[in-house]
Amino acid sequence: MEKPNLSYIEEISGGDEDFKNNMIAILKVEFPLELESIVQSFKENNFNEVSFYTHKVKHKIAMLGMPKSYELASIFEMEIKKNNTTKYKDFLLILNRIALYLNAK
Amino acid sequence: MNCIIIDDDAAARLIVQQMCKNNKLNVQEEFSSAIEAIKYLNSFEVDLIFLDIHMPTFSGFDFIRSLKNPPKIILTTSDKEFALKAFEYDCIVDYLLKPITIDRFKKSLEKLLKPVNDKKSSTNIKDTNIKENANYIYVNVEKRLVKIDIPKILLVEAKGDYINIKTEKKNYIVHSTLKKIEEKLPSKLFLRIHRSFIINTTEIIDIEDNTVLIQKHVIPISRSNKPELIRRLNLL
Repeated sequence: MEKPNLSYIEEISGGDEDFKNNMIAILKVEFPLELESIVQSFKENNFNEVSFYTHKVKHKIAMLGMPKSYELASIFEMEIKKNNTTKYKDFLLILNRIALYLNAK
Repeated sequence: MNCIIIDDDAAARLIVQQMCKNNKLNVQEEFSSAIEAIKYLNSFEVDLIFLDIHMPTFSGFDFIRSLKNPPKIILTTSDKEFALKAFEYDCIVDYLLKPITIDRFKKSLEKLLKPVNDKKSSTNIKDTNIKENANYIYVNVEKRLVKIDIPKILLVEAKGDYINIKTEKKNYIVHSTLKKIEEKLPSKLFLRIHRSFIINTTEIIDIEDNTVLIQKHVIPISRSNKPELIRRLNLL
């Protein structure tokens, strides 16, 4: 499984440490909230909401240098709208891995 | 150049903000909702908007439709499927897919700034250059953008709300008007000879009375268009 990393953020920063720190601070705030919204909406079978938050979070997956996980998120975003939950478990594994990574930052 | 950023995602706004900073664009404000931005634009003018499409309650396209005189807009989105819709708006300069890369962002700015740098900011001049120099045109056929080589177009026929673009190998039925495609085709090659027909003048085989033969197609010439057609021919 892909590991989250900061290569994209570092590239965009061009050496600007303030930007990098701000971005990590934003991710540390926004990501857990979006993860919680996905889990909660899934529990409530509110799949449109799950799709909405997946869309929001998938950009962050890409920003953390995980292209394959981004693809899976894109498929899940579409599939969950059709009530297809088969990719949820894999998707959740990715999100939890990112949450752990950000927590350690 | 003064710009604003509209995106409900703070991380995405920060990325665009940083790219603007690196490219010496002045970010006047940033907004997490399009409605806040509309209020701002009622009081302040901007040159450029970086706009996310996928936002809750009020989408990027709703936002564009709400503006009377929209400035130039660069869409920032994770949705590939909206690219086609973006072509419907003249104010949209480019369509950036997230995560936005440095190179792609720079290309987008080049697109935006080129006419200004060339001191040819007039849209008409830009359009004329594109029209006269491009060798192809993209048309919307059943939700796909299909590339057609302009020199290979034999003729275009109006069919109610549609036009039929005929090439040697294939016909393309497109929801458009003759007037619109006439504006896109180079005037050196193409001429309207009838209210329902534009022809490629280099493909004329013969002219008899009030008809033109192009391959197997016999096309009527209206009386008012005939003098211009005759003027174009390399007559002995």
